[in-house]
Amino acid sequence: MTLEPGRPRPEPTPETKHFWDGTRNGKLLLQRCTDTGKAYFPPRPFSPYTGTRNVEVFEASGKATLHSYVIHHRPVPGFKPPYAIAVVELEEGPRMMTNIVDCPQTPEALVLDMPVEVAFTKMDDDITLPLFRPAKGA
Amino acid sequence: MTIKPGEIAIVGAAESTRIGTVPEMAQIMLHADAALNAMKDAGLKPADIDGVACVGPMMPQQIAHYLGITPKWVDGTGVGGCSFMLHVRHAAAAIHAGYAKTILITHGESGKSRINATPRPPEPQSLNGQFEAPFGPMGPPTLFPIPVLRYMKKYGVSHEQMAQVAVVQREWAAKNPRAAFRDPITVADVLNSRMIAYPFRLLQCCLVTDGGGALILTSADRAKDFPQKPVYILGSGESVETTMVSQMEDFTSSRAFRVAGPEAFRMAGIKHGDVDHLMIYDAFAHLPMYGLEDLGFVQRGEAKDFIWEGNTRPGGKLPLNTNGGGLSYTHTGMYGMFALQESVRQVRGIAPAQVPDVTISVAHGVGGMFSASGTVVFSNQRP
Repeated sequence: MTLEPGRPRPEPTPETKHFWDGTRNGKLLLQRCTDTGKAYFPPRPFSPYTGTRNVEVFEASGKATLHSYVIHHRPVPGFKPPYAIAVVELEEGPRMMTNIVDCPQTPEALVLDMPVEVAFTKMDDDITLPLFRPAKGA
Repeated sequence: MTIKPGEIAIVGAAESTRIGTVPEMAQIMLHADAALNAMKDAGLKPADIDGVACVGPMMPQQIAHYLGITPKWVDGTGVGGCSFMLHVRHAAAAIHAGYAKTILITHGESGKSRINATPRPPEPQSLNGQFEAPFGPMGPPTLFPIPVLRYMKKYGVSHEQMAQVAVVQREWAAKNPRAAFRDPITVADVLNSRMIAYPFRLLQCCLVTDGGGALILTSADRAKDFPQKPVYILGSGESVETTMVSQMEDFTSSRAFRVAGPEAFRMAGIKHGDVDHLMIYDAFAHLPMYGLEDLGFVQRGEAKDFIWEGNTRPGGKLPLNTNGGGLSYTHTGMYGMFALQESVRQVRGIAPAQVPDVTISVAHGVGGMFSASGTVVFSNQRP
């Protein structure tokens, strides 16, 4: 899928660069606290659970479930209404905002807790967004 | 020494002369108009004020200078629409500590006419800019309702029950001549109104208006010398969670609510049964449900039936959002000031839709998209 022009473009910072490098290379990179083993998001170079810097980057499975969403019905630059603004819950625990692609943008098609998988979608040469689509075989 | 319930009081309270569409005033003048009205209410002039609080984009130095005040205490705490609950709490602490004697808290927002208003798009390097903005949210109507479907699924809330919140608040608004919308509506009207961001339709989203409000606080010992009967502050609470609604830890409950509300009750030394009147900042229709549950007025999942059965409507046992709320009264963008104003009116006994015999009122606010919270407990009796 290709993105409509006009969508707000994220600008990586030193703390988030690995995440955006990852999506550009087709990897969904999360971080985990090595003291507790718990994953977290959004990226930061320390553990929100313990306050230590004992953290590591790891590649997530890209599997998730649809946690909640709205379907927006009004025009927004870069989007064709109606479109869903969704939050998915990753298999590793953290949640992230995204869009659900390859799926009708309707309450009937967007069922809470349905399995979804990451669909890396190129915005430009530097930025690839982690969108999600219904999991294959689901 | 710890601050005691009732040690600090509101001695002046007023809204801007007009609310709704006020094209004759820039944002700073909406602050000033409300402040002048509150000073008149309290019988004070600017030289009598020694503390100022307001929320960005308006800075305390702008308001102080505009009004001719030389403060020795200021607070610019800005956590969204409940900032004023936090200002009340901080002002009470400051008066208790002796930092100031008479504190003015102002709000003004040209939310509709946008005169001197400041747009605040998320910066692309912020966490919101990187991890929410690229997915198409366009302001609160697309962000605040994101947890709603999860809440509805967990507790089996129907669309009709979610619509009933707006219906009941319109019943209150009908009694209030200053309310923007006063005509009665039905559940069907709500569910037939224009879809904004499923599951919410137009009548489940707050208004966008112009307006302002101001409060003046001093010690209870001084308060008895003012023209108005004092409204005592029994307790207060505050907290924050996250600016990213996608990252709130539980989509069916606000952590900030669960901290701010109980702390206010603890400080005040009150129980739920003591509360005669309640304001819960209703930017969108689910807020009163979350508030009733997170503050402990009902058990988890019971808010839908509590509202449906009429407990919060005129004549009900827990009158809620009696000005009509952000859904029907007014919503400038940061509505918390108007919830506080209605609590003060109810405790003074002068509200347009006055509830009989209000002794204790609770005003509970939200900031951002479940980003922050502040709660204040008021009474006309000093414990």
